Amino acid sequence: MIAYIFRRILYALPILIGVNIITFVLFFVVNTPDDMARMNLGQKRVTQEAIQKWKTERGYDKPLLWNSNTGGAGKLTDTIFYRNSVKLFVFDFGRSDSGRDISYDISQRMWPSLAITVPGLLLGLLAYITFGLILAFFRATYVDIAGVVICVIMMSISGLFYIIGGQYLIGKFLHLVPISGYDIGPEAFKFVVLPVLVGLIGSIGASTRWYRTIFLEEMNRDYVRTARAKGIPEQQVLFRHVLMNGMIPILTGVVVLLPTLFIGSLVMESFFAIPGLGSYTIDAINMQDFAIVRSMVFLGSVLYIIGLILTDISYTLVDPRVRLE
Amino acid sequence: MPVLFITDALIFFLVFMVSCFILYARRHEHLRAPWRQVVRSPLAMSSAVILAAYILVGLLDSIHFHPRMPAAGSDEIINSTEIMSLLDVVTGPLRTRNEKTYSSPLASHLYAKEIIELPDGSQIRDYPRLLYGGAHLSAPEAGKRQDILQRVFSGLLLGSTLSGLFFGIFVLLSGRAGRVSFTAEAMAIIRRRKAIPWHAILLTLALLVITASVTIVLASEYHVLGTDKVGQDVLYQSLKSIRTGLVIGTLTTLVMLPFAIMLGLMAGYFRGWVDDVIQYLYTTLNSIPGVLLIAASILILQVYIANHADEFTSIEHRADMRLLFLCIILGITSWTGLCRMLRGETLKLREIDYVQAAQAFGVGNTTIMLRHLLPNVMHIVMISIVLDFSGLVLAEAVLSYINIGVDPTMHSWGNMINSARLEMAREPIVWWSLTAAFLFMFVLVLAANLFSDAVRDAFDPRIRTGFE
Repeated sequence: MIAYIFRRILYALPILIGVNIITFVLFFVVNTPDDMARMNLGQKRVTQEAIQKWKTERGYDKPLLWNSNTGGAGKLTDTIFYRNSVKLFVFDFGRSDSGRDISYDISQRMWPSLAITVPGLLLGLLAYITFGLILAFFRATYVDIAGVVICVIMMSISGLFYIIGGQYLIGKFLHLVPISGYDIGPEAFKFVVLPVLVGLIGSIGASTRWYRTIFLEEMNRDYVRTARAKGIPEQQVLFRHVLMNGMIPILTGVVVLLPTLFIGSLVMESFFAIPGLGSYTIDAINMQDFAIVRSMVFLGSVLYIIGLILTDISYTLVDPRVRLE
Repeated sequence: MPVLFITDALIFFLVFMVSCFILYARRHEHLRAPWRQVVRSPLAMSSAVILAAYILVGLLDSIHFHPRMPAAGSDEIINSTEIMSLLDVVTGPLRTRNEKTYSSPLASHLYAKEIIELPDGSQIRDYPRLLYGGAHLSAPEAGKRQDILQRVFSGLLLGSTLSGLFFGIFVLLSGRAGRVSFTAEAMAIIRRRKAIPWHAILLTLALLVITASVTIVLASEYHVLGTDKVGQDVLYQSLKSIRTGLVIGTLTTLVMLPFAIMLGLMAGYFRGWVDDVIQYLYTTLNSIPGVLLIAASILILQVYIANHADEFTSIEHRADMRLLFLCIILGITSWTGLCRMLRGETLKLREIDYVQAAQAFGVGNTTIMLRHLLPNVMHIVMISIVLDFSGLVLAEAVLSYINIGVDPTMHSWGNMINSARLEMAREPIVWWSLTAAFLFMFVLVLAANLFSDAVRDAFDPRIRTGFE
């Protein structure tokens, strides 16, 4: 097991290098650092000195890949690629283009993100599994048909509708919780309620339908028929056999999401003004801060790969037939 | 003077490809049989009618040209610099009849109070009359309700007459083709005895025609869905947004399809190092969170456009470039799933006898992939195309909302929602822009979802055996 995990981490390295090269090409080859400087300083009447100064302050005045002016290892290390991309591997994100310490920002901003995503995931799982099981239990009756119709209608409505509608309802009529913003400590609870609920309602249609399909698939298996033939009551078949086996695809689908919970949701955070990593990225995009966007892309990839490895491990835990070698 | 945007060209290429595919599928039973099942599903065919209406509007909006107009100060006819589409011609005055600012649906007065100068020179603060909406009424307070009711009624009448006429002609022709009498044919359709669910198709069509007639009759004198902040007709905006939604939903798939199919087949067929390289490629791309990759790419594109402003001849070209770029980026983030599925399926198929036989006969690798493998994975490709569509349409709105979607000058539902949401706090609330955008999007996505469900049920052998 340990050897397997170690090997998977080794396999992850070339992927991370690939991600790094892609982001590097995206950010520095399509547009030169001069272009970025001009964009940041305003388009019109920017002097060459101002551009030079902007670049020097942020270390963008170095050559892209190969510095022939210095000797020894400096040829490779004193370049934009090394300074901005290679350091990411040791999670040294450096400073943002506006001079803030990115690592510190990330460590501060991941908590609000987690405050939204973790309850969202747990409540979501509970709701989807419950509704999915109910629909599967009442399969091919009017309850099932009505449920599927509602699911299809709900998944055809834009997520923006739920967000705007939720904010409007709370803001205009109910006044139960604030419609956006965030606070630290126990106060955070009332800010978290609305985003979590909206996220839940927005995804319930598609997820319930998917879970229903998973449970229905399990219901057509031989072991379920055997269980029924032995005279086990339907409720027990449902909870002991269908639910337990249906959990395998559900759990492994969830595990891959776990690390990405840190990143938060770009959309939800920008709507509800949650100061998490999602809105951090959005702000960086709007301020044209390349260093932050680059760091977030890298961080996102690392977390995704961790998620893949966790998925493989969780397979062996929930399904004894799978062996890692 | 016609103008061809890149996305226009790609749309017509797509139409050409789909026509070719239909001709191909007609001659191959393994494709015809599932499609026959789709065609026999009433729900799927009703959705198809709705989708066809959207596609018609989208296609009309994809034929662009410089209109001809008289030059200023002379009688000479020149090409205007402005770019119009056929849809602009069809919708006619909707495009040009702009008010000053917001007005609610079917209103005769502006949303906001203004200082109005009376004929006798005195000034009062009141809601001014609209320039076009309800301008034909002399006393809108008294006569508007009756006028609207009259128009709705005549619209209903017109729509029903048109639908009835169409039904009659259809029954006549189809009865003559089947050599049965008019009444027998009509009863067969109404009693649902035809193989193809004509009752559902004709009913949906009738509803569509009636809705359109009522809207058209009303739109000749009113802003049916109100006007937005700069006074533009919301109905016109919603119609123009259809093309953007469709382009995102279809071109994205078209852009990524060649790569996904080619790489997926190659990885599964050749295995070994080819497989390793392709797997590495899609794992790497997949591991970058989609939204972040889109955000980063759009950021880069913005810088590029800002620094190369002279390369774009007009705002429309710039917006079109960005739309295409968005399609490509969305394609890059979404091809990996299909590629992985195709690889898995090819791995299975390549061990089957007919592929082994072809190899034994010395058939070339390319021929095997094109003649023996590709046709047998087509159903996966088709399911993935129709399933992706609705998700992409919804994604457009969200992306535009966080400013990484289509160009802000382009008509799109996302941009409509984005500009309208800031007015939610106003009193009375400006609800019509949001409602219109959500409604148009909902109808399209719902139709697409229902249609794609039918296609998946017909093509996915696993589900078919599961429920039999």
